Amino acid sequence: MVSTRRSPNPPPDEEEAAILALQEERKQAEAAAKEQKIAAENAKAAAKAAAAAAAKDEGPRKAKLTSFTAPKEVLDDLPVADFQDEEGVEQFGASKRIVDRESDYSKRRLNRSVAGDASTYAERVKEAQLEREKDNTMKQIAQKRREEAERAAADARLAAARGDDAGGDERDALPSASAEPAAKRAKPAEVEWEDMPVAADAPAQPKPARRNRWDATPVAGDVGGTGSWDATPKIDAGAGGGVGPTPKRTRSRWDETPLIRAGAAGDPNATPLGAGAFDGGATPGPGQLAGMVTPDIHGLAAQHMAAANVPMTPEQYNAMRWEREVEARNAPLTDEDLDLMLPSEGYKILPVPDSYVPIRTPARKLMATPTPYGGATPGFYAMPDEDRGQAFDVPDTPADLPTMKPEDYQYFAPLLKETEEEELSLEEQKERKIMKLLLKVKNGTPPQRKSALRQLTDKAREFGAGPLFNQILPLLMSPTLEDQERHLLVKVIDRILYKLDDLVRPYVHKILVVIEPLLIDEDYYARVEGREIISNLSKAAGLATMIAAMRPDIDNIDEYVRNTTARAFAVVAQALGIPALLPFLKAVCQSKKSWQARHTGIKISQQIAILLGCAVLPHLKSLVEIIEHGLQDENQKVRTITALSVAALAESAAPYGIESFDSVLKPLWKGIRAHRGKVLAAFLKAIGFIIPLMDAMYANYYTREVMVILIREFASADEEMKKITLKVVKQCVGTDGVEPEYIRTEVMPEFFKNFWVRRMALDRRNYNQLVETTLEIALKVGASEIIGRVVEDLKDESEPYRRMVMETITKVIEKLGTADVDARLEELLIDGILYAFQEQTADDGDVMLTGFGTVVSSLGKRSKPYLPQICGTIKWRLNNKSADVRQQAADLISKIAKVMKICEEEQLMGHLGVVLYEYLGEEYPEVLGSILGALKGIVNVTGMSRMTPPVKDLLPRLTPILKNRHEKVQENCIDLVGRIADRGAEFVPAREWMRICFELLEMLKATKKAIRRATVNTFGYIAKAIGPQDVLATLLNNLKVQERQNRVCTTVAIAIVAETCSPFTVLPALMNEYRVPELNIQNGVLKSLAFLFEYIGEMGKDYIYAVTPLLEDALMDRDLVHRQTAAVTVKHLALGCAGLGCEDALVHLLNYVWPNVFETSPHLINAVMEAIEGARISLGPGFVLGYLLQGLFHPARKVREIYWKIYNTLYIGAQDALVAQYPALEDEGERQYRRHELDVFI
Amino acid sequence: MATAADRFNINSQLEHLQSRYVGTGHADTNRFEWAVNIHRDSYASYYGHHTMLQYFAIAENESIGRVKYNMMQKMLLPCGLPPEREEE
Repeated sequence: MVSTRRSPNPPPDEEEAAILALQEERKQAEAAAKEQKIAAENAKAAAKAAAAAAAKDEGPRKAKLTSFTAPKEVLDDLPVADFQDEEGVEQFGASKRIVDRESDYSKRRLNRSVAGDASTYAERVKEAQLEREKDNTMKQIAQKRREEAERAAADARLAAARGDDAGGDERDALPSASAEPAAKRAKPAEVEWEDMPVAADAPAQPKPARRNRWDATPVAGDVGGTGSWDATPKIDAGAGGGVGPTPKRTRSRWDETPLIRAGAAGDPNATPLGAGAFDGGATPGPGQLAGMVTPDIHGLAAQHMAAANVPMTPEQYNAMRWEREVEARNAPLTDEDLDLMLPSEGYKILPVPDSYVPIRTPARKLMATPTPYGGATPGFYAMPDEDRGQAFDVPDTPADLPTMKPEDYQYFAPLLKETEEEELSLEEQKERKIMKLLLKVKNGTPPQRKSALRQLTDKAREFGAGPLFNQILPLLMSPTLEDQERHLLVKVIDRILYKLDDLVRPYVHKILVVIEPLLIDEDYYARVEGREIISNLSKAAGLATMIAAMRPDIDNIDEYVRNTTARAFAVVAQALGIPALLPFLKAVCQSKKSWQARHTGIKISQQIAILLGCAVLPHLKSLVEIIEHGLQDENQKVRTITALSVAALAESAAPYGIESFDSVLKPLWKGIRAHRGKVLAAFLKAIGFIIPLMDAMYANYYTREVMVILIREFASADEEMKKITLKVVKQCVGTDGVEPEYIRTEVMPEFFKNFWVRRMALDRRNYNQLVETTLEIALKVGASEIIGRVVEDLKDESEPYRRMVMETITKVIEKLGTADVDARLEELLIDGILYAFQEQTADDGDVMLTGFGTVVSSLGKRSKPYLPQICGTIKWRLNNKSADVRQQAADLISKIAKVMKICEEEQLMGHLGVVLYEYLGEEYPEVLGSILGALKGIVNVTGMSRMTPPVKDLLPRLTPILKNRHEKVQENCIDLVGRIADRGAEFVPAREWMRICFELLEMLKATKKAIRRATVNTFGYIAKAIGPQDVLATLLNNLKVQERQNRVCTTVAIAIVAETCSPFTVLPALMNEYRVPELNIQNGVLKSLAFLFEYIGEMGKDYIYAVTPLLEDALMDRDLVHRQTAAVTVKHLALGCAGLGCEDALVHLLNYVWPNVFETSPHLINAVMEAIEGARISLGPGFVLGYLLQGLFHPARKVREIYWKIYNTLYIGAQDALVAQYPALEDEGERQYRRHELDVFI
Repeated sequence: MATAADRFNINSQLEHLQSRYVGTGHADTNRFEWAVNIHRDSYASYYGHHTMLQYFAIAENESIGRVKYNMMQKMLLPCGLPPEREEE
């Protein structure tokens, strides 16, 4: 017996005394708790003192009272209250715009441009080259300047610090952007850390130098460079021959090229507003005015800020709000205002001068009147959209178009201008049409969107690829795009891709620029969408075009571009097959020109492996051959990515394909001795994935080789290295050839020393990985070895650590059982889990509870000596002041009830039953629920007859608890009652059961489905026990209530009662009830019948003739619901009686059902269709076809419509069978309708 | 035609489902289209039931393969050329 535990387990003859003592204790505890509450109300300090005192009184072990807090159910209620005004939350909720949730890394997509004339391959390659040269020059300049500075400062320390970087070409041009954090920040959610090469190798200038077509807009001071919008102070590369420090430019793309449509807006040919619009003082329509109203600059300013993603100071925010208010008051006067203000005589409304062209380039206006927040000054706060103010001076959108958001104006402004369609050129008309459709897709209501989408698809070839993409792509690049809008626009692209087919070729690169970012989106569906588009695109454009479009991006200096390009290539490989891409891939991986190209090439193969999974197997050898030289590459990043690619390939190939990896084994194993840090981690990862593929013998050898390094790295402080070593250990240990003895002697000592430390329990990922790896080791060396090592830690003082130990032990025992646990270890184990169980303060995910349950059930009979002690603890804890402790104790009983039965501790169980029975007055619902659950556990194993307290005493105590509204209580209570009704109904008088029946009716209102289901089942058990009459009467009465859910559940209960007690005991009363002239009751009866026939199935054939007159009546009723429910009944009848010779009755019923086909109510028509489907099954498709032939070619369209609909369902259901049933058609002239085969005979 | 309200209810789903099958029809299906579907279904059905093929083969004194081939061919234009559209 374990010595540390007190065991208040009384001998059986002292049971009564013990119970009395316990009751006494409980009363005292309750009194103490009451005192405490009062004290808590008076003063917190006093309460704390009282608690401390009470805790001291309680016993030697201090109770873990975490804090005084509201009862749990109150706390749990709170979120419900929040939930109710969700609409309010929705309004002020987080922004839906994509930019606002993107990481800095993802935002780099905005650096790319879809505009630009240089679209031929040669030009783009040249451009890329220039870019690279420029980049190199910039680096050199930076380097030179730095060196100069160094010399000047003569700061040796600084110089030394700088010399650390390995490859000179990787040296960062911007000293401020340190490599590591940038890379960390850059990481999108789904990529592994190693996937993201450091941002430092993509320094300063990701902008292409090409002129974009927005340059067409005459903007003063447009200096060559495209001026990317993101205003990070950088050295502007575009500035002429500026070798010296160029002044920092903070220009945004928007101020430079405010409008894509700027040309159109400023077009001198554009039709000015028709003067007629102002004639006679008639109020011009909103659309006519629209063009002249300045779009809201604030919206744009805010948009700027959001785009630049820079926070705004509160002062700026206030200034902006204030200005907006002033602006609103000083808004331009509308015509109505003027009409009101000025007398109608003596004034004349002049036409708008011909030369007037409204300015519709808000950004230009913005620049004209600089505001404190106007430009792209850094330091902004991304302000949430506030629609109230903005709508004010925003022009109204013309009728039949969806409303525009302020940021839409720059794209859709021409739509605001009222123009005569005829005056436009054909091209312009087309453009306008596309624009309208796109606006509808983007902002419209679902029907608008749908029809616009269809029009775009249908007319795609007519519109042409150019006009379509020239409008769609800029929209997709818009920095204010929301998820939903992007989804819709991407859908547009997807649809038109199909139609345009090879016409898309000139636009492939531009499309890729906007679609590639989707591949690294954090949203899974966005990634899938992106993949689909790219795969469709490659099928439409062909491999050559795809390669030509993406080749220049492969060695782009921006890592972001290379990353997305690699992923896009993987998708292309998936769409067009790996073999097609292999030659190209090989060339890229061997590129001599730049390490970036090799890096990307190898990354492509990694992505292919990840994307295609085991489908890489046929090409595994070629893929490995293509990348293998990368393991010895001069560049560290290339070596890393190669190792990662090998890992990905091995992972997707598992468990096959080891022969393909032969060539990389040597470099890998040599590499782990040569490398350190990240590269080593990548190499280890690759090895970890290759070892499981090996034969036993080789695996053993190679594991020994790598283990030396692994054990050395156990001590590494690097978190990532830790995770990788754990993973690799798991993979190595799990392999066949590795001997248990080797692991026991070589690996385990270091492993436990370095990893089984408290710190590991704090990080969730470490925790899980450690538990998994330890489990893997246990599978190799046996349970007792591992348990013996960690069992002492169950008494560790750190709770997370204890939990980790407990989880490990639980998993090990689940897998291996406790057969090899000896007596001593067994004692230590039980001692440990008891300690850990009692010391827990918060049990996340029930680790302790399940652990306890697993250990005890695994020990089985062997746990008998400990049970009295465990039960003693439980009893003690059931009496605890803290509700959590009581709840855990009760939960534990339900866990160990089965083991107690196995150990034949019936007496103990009986005793616990009595104790639990005493605690049924528990006031905390969570605890009460657990107590009921524990009682249920005991009842389940002891059986009804031997249960103490006797069932006849227990059940009356449960009846009032059924009234409890708490879900957990309800669920456990109804389960317990149902169990008693099922197994031991005879122990309880019928009157008690009737009382329970009434309580059960209330339970039908429960929100939780499980409770309602348990309730209706209980009705069945009770009816079986005491006969259906009384229960049925209660239920039929309940059909009169108002609540629909209650009535529905009642009908289900009636059907269940009928099923359990045979239908003939229930049907007469039920059918009699139909005579009550009340809608709800009649419907309830019909519904019960529907459920009844659903449940009894084939048995329905005995009752079909009995219910036919009732159904006849119901099918002729004026009330729709009558007919609907009756039709459902007919359906179930028909399905149940199929093939049982009740066709006459079914035909009769079908004749009553049929006229309802012309009903319009969706539910009724649905029920009728299903009834006809039922008739198809039972009467045969030919029979139903006979009905249908009357109306398939009826002169009235309404008739034809529904008849064809029924025909279609019939056809789908019985296509083959109908062949014999079709009518014989006569030939008509040259059209032969006869089916001669049917006339063939032998 | 179906009203706007109908467009989003359960029945529209049913119609959508039906429209995915080739042989289904609608209120404007004409005699010829229906007959073509009937014929194609019939051939497909014979083709799928080997016993039927055997029966036809014996009756026509042809090999089963030939019967199959003939049916395949007949499925192209089982009822001859389609009628000219009157309107549109």
